Amino acid sequence: MHRVAVIGVGCTRVGELWDKSLKDLIVESATKALDDAGIDKVDIVYVGNAYSKILQTQGNLGSFTVDSLGFEGIPAVSIEAADCSGSLAFHEAYKAVRSGLVGKALVVGVEKMSDSSPEEVAKALMSCEDQDYVAFTGVTQPGLHALVLRLYMETFKVKHEEIAEFTVKAHKNASNNPYAQFKNPLKVEDVLRSPILADPLRLLEYTTVADGSAALVLCSIEEAEKMGKKPVVEVLGSASATDKLYLPERIGKLSFNATREAAKKAFEEAKFSVDKVNFVETHDSSTIMGVISLEDLGFVGKGRGASLVVEGGIEIDGKIPTNTMGGSKGRGNPVGATGVYQLVEAVLQLRGEAGKNQVKDAKIGLTHTIAGVGNFATVNILGCL
Amino acid sequence: MLSAPRYWREIRYRYRLIGSRCLKCGKIYFPRRLVCAVCGSRKLEDYKLSEKGKIKTFTVIRRSPPLGYEKNVPYVVAVVELEDGVNVLSQIVDVSPEEVKIGMPVELTFRKVRENGKEGIIEYGFKFRPIFE
Ligand SMILES: [Zn+2]
Repeated sequence: MHRVAVIGVGCTRVGELWDKSLKDLIVESATKALDDAGIDKVDIVYVGNAYSKILQTQGNLGSFTVDSLGFEGIPAVSIEAADCSGSLAFHEAYKAVRSGLVGKALVVGVEKMSDSSPEEVAKALMSCEDQDYVAFTGVTQPGLHALVLRLYMETFKVKHEEIAEFTVKAHKNASNNPYAQFKNPLKVEDVLRSPILADPLRLLEYTTVADGSAALVLCSIEEAEKMGKKPVVEVLGSASATDKLYLPERIGKLSFNATREAAKKAFEEAKFSVDKVNFVETHDSSTIMGVISLEDLGFVGKGRGASLVVEGGIEIDGKIPTNTMGGSKGRGNPVGATGVYQLVEAVLQLRGEAGKNQVKDAKIGLTHTIAGVGNFATVNILGCL
Repeated sequence: MLSAPRYWREIRYRYRLIGSRCLKCGKIYFPRRLVCAVCGSRKLEDYKLSEKGKIKTFTVIRRSPPLGYEKNVPYVVAVVELEDGVNVLSQIVDVSPEEVKIGMPVELTFRKVRENGKEGIIEYGFKFRPIFE
């Protein structure tokens, strides 16, 4: 078993990038990551994407990506797990390098959503749910988040403005992120006065259409040291887990087993517990998912997530700096690429290259992606020790 | 475009709210399962669920409904906790969205659910409606 290092990162701006195709996005992020690593060849490519088959009718993304980069001949793996596509691609690449079967691996996450109509995007967003008994009811993806939000507020007697504060913090961090989609500062009143998407969830509590791609290069620690890489960012733990697809079967818990299980496995591998983590990049596909994730990952007790947010505990200088570059809401959520963006951001923090949003003495960071309303989750723990 | 067999396969379950019950451990499921998620048994039977329950949580779809549901906007979608303890996702009809509340008693009804264009299949299935004393 080899210890695994991340030796290169790169990403595109996130937003509605009208002038960029799926291929343009892939090549931009991948070449940045390769240049950052100082290499021009890898042994395998892992690509994470959620919707290209639905929105571009472009399948076979492994071959597509390798060919776009002029790497024909090497193997490629294409991975789809909704919002977890990118982070799962990373997890699989990590296992391959860790096993010793693969030398250098390139991971690319990519999504291109802005070419499609709102109806097509809404359909794509629902593709991670059961089609015959969930999509069939006419519920939308934001509608599912709204069901959880209402039950959470009712159960824990938490006010909507406390949960909506998650968006305010996200935009604040995004304002210092050069590649973020939304850099405008917001007040909680702005969030609560934005149009209703699906009662009680407001437009500014939910992520929107975004294009983007992020990439990174993995190899063994020995290899990284041979190349003179310093400081070396190491993958200390990496895990993924699933849960029941049908939300009504598990909604009552207001907690997601997939997150808890993935976190448990990742910490077992890292051989330390959550109190060692200096910052977290979690997937706030909606405000309520951000709040519940902080609880499920163990940063705060059940029903207390929103209080932590309101008290400033998730700010850059808070108890647990969260979504330091704006998270899915602020940086933007190019779905299949989101998990890779989180990892790129974690690497920047650990190298001390996060600019105005640098977390002081950041030694260990955790990234967490969750698909839909919790049917899949990945947790990665990175460190620079 | 929805194919006729895909619709037809689910009719029995969607028209009458039929789930499944594990013959080994007794766990009841909706939607139906072929393998028990509790004990792993592969012996499950069809099970007719209770037709009454109460609203556990709900939302109102007001924007960007899926294709085929545009005419229904705004519409209520809720998790209904049935009397036999099973939770079901369903539209709530015959009530204005403003009147829906958590805990509201509801009962099964049968309605048109989705149109698939001018030529396509019109799909029917279960919805729930409030029980007014
Ligand atoms: Zn059983």
